[in-house]
Amino acid sequence: MSFNFKLTHLSLAAALLLPMAAWAERPGLPGPDQPEARGKAIAEITDATNLGFGDTTSEMEMILTNANGDVSERRLRFNTLENKDVTDGDWSMMIFDEPADVAGTAMLTYAHILDPDEQWMYLPALKRVKRISSVNKSGPFMGSEFAFEDFSSQEVGKYSYKWLRDEPCGELTCHVVERRPLYQYSGYTRTVAWTDSTDYQSRKVVYYDRKDALLKTLTFGDYQLYLDKYWRAHELFMENHVTKKTTTLRWEDYAFQTGLTAEDFTQNSLKRAR
Amino acid sequence: MPAMQQYGEFVVRRPFLVIFLSLLVALTGLSGGRYLGFTNDYRYFFSNENPYLTAFEELERTYSSPDTIIYVYQPKDGSDASSREGLNLAYELTEGGWQIPFSTRVDSLTNFQNTRAIGEDDLEVRDLVPDPADIDNQRIKYVEDTILNEPLLAGRLLSLDKKTAAVLVSLRPPRDDVQATTAIVIKAREIHEAMRAKYPDIRIELTGSQMLSNAFSEAAQEDLATLTPTMFVIIALVLIFTTRKLWATFATMIVVTLSAGAAMGTGGWLGFPLSPPASGAPTIVLTVAVADCVHILITALVSQGQGMEKRQAIVESLKINAQAVFLTSVTTAIGLFSLNFSDAPPYRDLGNFAGIGSLYAWVLSMTLFPALLAVLPMKGSAVVDRQSRSMEWLANIIIDKRRPLMVVMLAVVALGAGLLPRLTFNDRFVEYFDERVDFRQASDWASDNLTGIYIINYSLESGDVGAVSDPEYLENLDNFAGWLRTQPEVVHVASFSDVVKRINRSFNGDRQNFYAVPENRQLAAQYVLLYEMSLPYGLDLNDQLNVDKSASRVVVTLKDLSTAEMKALRARALDWLRTNTPERMHVEPSGQAVMFSYIGERNFEAMTVGTIIAFVLISACLMLVLRSLRLGLISLVPNIAPPAVAMGFFSLYQYEVGFWTAFVGATAIGLIVDATVHMLSKYRHARFELGYSSVESVRYSFTTVGTALWVCSFVLIAGFMVLTLSPFLINAMLGRIVALTILTALVLDFLLLPALLMWIDGRGDPNAPYKAKTGSKDGAEEAAAQPAE
Repeated sequence: MSFNFKLTHLSLAAALLLPMAAWAERPGLPGPDQPEARGKAIAEITDATNLGFGDTTSEMEMILTNANGDVSERRLRFNTLENKDVTDGDWSMMIFDEPADVAGTAMLTYAHILDPDEQWMYLPALKRVKRISSVNKSGPFMGSEFAFEDFSSQEVGKYSYKWLRDEPCGELTCHVVERRPLYQYSGYTRTVAWTDSTDYQSRKVVYYDRKDALLKTLTFGDYQLYLDKYWRAHELFMENHVTKKTTTLRWEDYAFQTGLTAEDFTQNSLKRAR
Repeated sequence: MPAMQQYGEFVVRRPFLVIFLSLLVALTGLSGGRYLGFTNDYRYFFSNENPYLTAFEELERTYSSPDTIIYVYQPKDGSDASSREGLNLAYELTEGGWQIPFSTRVDSLTNFQNTRAIGEDDLEVRDLVPDPADIDNQRIKYVEDTILNEPLLAGRLLSLDKKTAAVLVSLRPPRDDVQATTAIVIKAREIHEAMRAKYPDIRIELTGSQMLSNAFSEAAQEDLATLTPTMFVIIALVLIFTTRKLWATFATMIVVTLSAGAAMGTGGWLGFPLSPPASGAPTIVLTVAVADCVHILITALVSQGQGMEKRQAIVESLKINAQAVFLTSVTTAIGLFSLNFSDAPPYRDLGNFAGIGSLYAWVLSMTLFPALLAVLPMKGSAVVDRQSRSMEWLANIIIDKRRPLMVVMLAVVALGAGLLPRLTFNDRFVEYFDERVDFRQASDWASDNLTGIYIINYSLESGDVGAVSDPEYLENLDNFAGWLRTQPEVVHVASFSDVVKRINRSFNGDRQNFYAVPENRQLAAQYVLLYEMSLPYGLDLNDQLNVDKSASRVVVTLKDLSTAEMKALRARALDWLRTNTPERMHVEPSGQAVMFSYIGERNFEAMTVGTIIAFVLISACLMLVLRSLRLGLISLVPNIAPPAVAMGFFSLYQYEVGFWTAFVGATAIGLIVDATVHMLSKYRHARFELGYSSVESVRYSFTTVGTALWVCSFVLIAGFMVLTLSPFLINAMLGRIVALTILTALVLDFLLLPALLMWIDGRGDPNAPYKAKTGSKDGAEEAAAQPAE
């Protein structure tokens, strides 16, 4: 009798645990009873997975499609330098290749967490560097459905967090966390991010506009591992639910720790960037 | 007609069975009413085949949505709208605008993305008024100077005299979502009310294309809520006064109500939406159904008055009227169904609702109505009898004076028709609503003080990917914008060239001599790239440039334009483009204002075909049933003439007409034919079957149907006059003209048709009895032997 009783219990427990078997709760993660702390902890784990990457170079291709089905492409190169100061954002250099009219234009950004970024742009047609003074990061990047704030580095300090739930996402299980931007000039009231509980990478982000209405959905695909440590998604698909426009963003030729230094991220280096 | 005799006897013998079955049919139809919904999309006035709608939707997909909510405000004491208080209001309306569902962009004086040079190499891009709380007079001066020197803002968001300003919200509601516009309007009005309360010294009005859409659906709901009940009361009063029969009136009201209800319900089953034109359908069905009942009722009352037993009188009436009621119902339905030729789906719906209704009216007036009369108490009517005697008196006058009458009436017809060319089409959608409607008041006021909602767009191709930055293209754009600004019809022009010129100036230390198109394409492209990077969400250039930057749109706000002025402007603009730009830029504009400008012509062309087909079908029905080509041909005169005469005389009162005129013929023809049908079928009966002379046949038709005809016509005229109470002017005007047409038809049927019959059918000797051409066995010879009185 008692043997049977135990067996029943065991199989019941197994049946309950089976869907969760693919992952185990990461030790030290605050429980669901503390949604804010849990949400922030998840973001911190994600941030930690990227720690020490040093610098990267890569190429980016964007394919813009409007509601009419018209397609247009943009190409640029993207260099990043990790900021050792974790209370500040990373440095980045974008060099535009296409469209041809802007080929050779380069933009240098010192990202900040709650203050406006510092930005300079080199215009080859003018052969001059211009400083851009603007608080805005929410406008469309090169006419695409991405805002600059969507693909710039996601520092932990940019948001307040609230864990909502855990749920399956594809073969993985995701933490679903609501993030409210702390930057005053963000274009969103909040975003909801799906972060997988295995590698702690973003799988999907849903954006809500200023009236808290569904605006866009970003899905991350084609994750690849670099230096056995750093994950990078290679295909990002942004869909605007209001305008029905979409943008596909493809990263190519990722290289890590290529030896870039702060010297390569100065106003002078802008002119040489092409 | 023995079959009809048998049917009539069945009805009076088993009235409750007939009542049960007919109620079952009517209530089944009625129950579809739960599927009825109001449409509030102004685009529903355009069919999917309409090229102006296609162009408009392509524009929408390529750039951004042209749907708007516009707040226009003006301090009541005549001070500047750009004062500190005015800017505070602009700021709050901007924040509010972002909270309106489906808003994608908000443009205001405060959130304008101002570019400013700081030193030689710094470019600042920020809100013109980031925080109105800390603003001093010096800052206000800077703001005003910036706005008035900025072509994108001056005359659009702030009037040149600074007295009136606007906040413009662009929205992108999903199509065919009735709830979307409702949600937008509720929020927009909530903000409007809150701001009115907070800023009592500033007049604030609300307009824009979403308010237009909403005005359409509110007009439809109001029409249904007020016009249909009004019509109901009028019918009841007319019936009581003319018949003095309470129970018969009661029976009629049941039949007409069920006809209208079942028609609308069946439309619901079939998925037709309710729009302002379609909401006129129940009123039309009520009148059509009354006509059927009145004919049956009056014949029964006359027979009863002549001593016949009630049930027998009902059977007699069914027998006499079956053919005419069937024929009038079919012709009415044909006329109404021909509205399906229209290019405006709401009028197709109107035709279908009302056409289905006229068929229900036929079924119910032949089943439910006699059955109800059979079970309800009813006595013969002395009033009706008196009326038919006065009809005989009228007939005698007409017979005596037939020649002068014919000459006078033909002259009137010729004069009326001769006035027709005076009419011209003019469709201004704001003027579809009368001054009682908030939308009309707000739009008129906004248009008088600052800006209008008549907007046209030119999508101009540069010929190559990215070539919007090409100096030659930008110069063309700039010249075109400059030319447009000199046109008297134009209030405001927004062009991409203005953006580029402003950035160029800001990149060059804000020196005014750089307010020009940059000298090379790469430079312009790089400026634009940098500028775009600095813009916030919702204030980007995507609404002006297409995705590969090969085309841009020029947005032209017009003052209140007539169709003729719109055509003239379009032609001049095309001329200018042909003379001054490469061929790829020789394009026509698109936009709501363009769509509505041509709605009259497109529907007139479509409905001319539809009306002619309806007319041929109806005339064929008449000839078939009258079995006489001659009578059929005579019937053409009183059938064709009334719409032409009515419209012609209307031109003396007002010569500019809207697209509703295209529907007058189709709506009226089925109704005016009824009177002709009744006159001719009685005439034919007297002439061919009773063998009367032409003159006697005229007298016979007057005494038998004269009363029913004027009662029916009176009800029809009253019905369409009720439509004139609608605040939706295209319903009101259609009602007015159709009422006038029916009146004309009644006059022609009474005064011209008999004269024509006596002249043509009775030519030789109108007093001679009918002689069948071949040997007849139908008793005509015997009847002819007895001289008619």
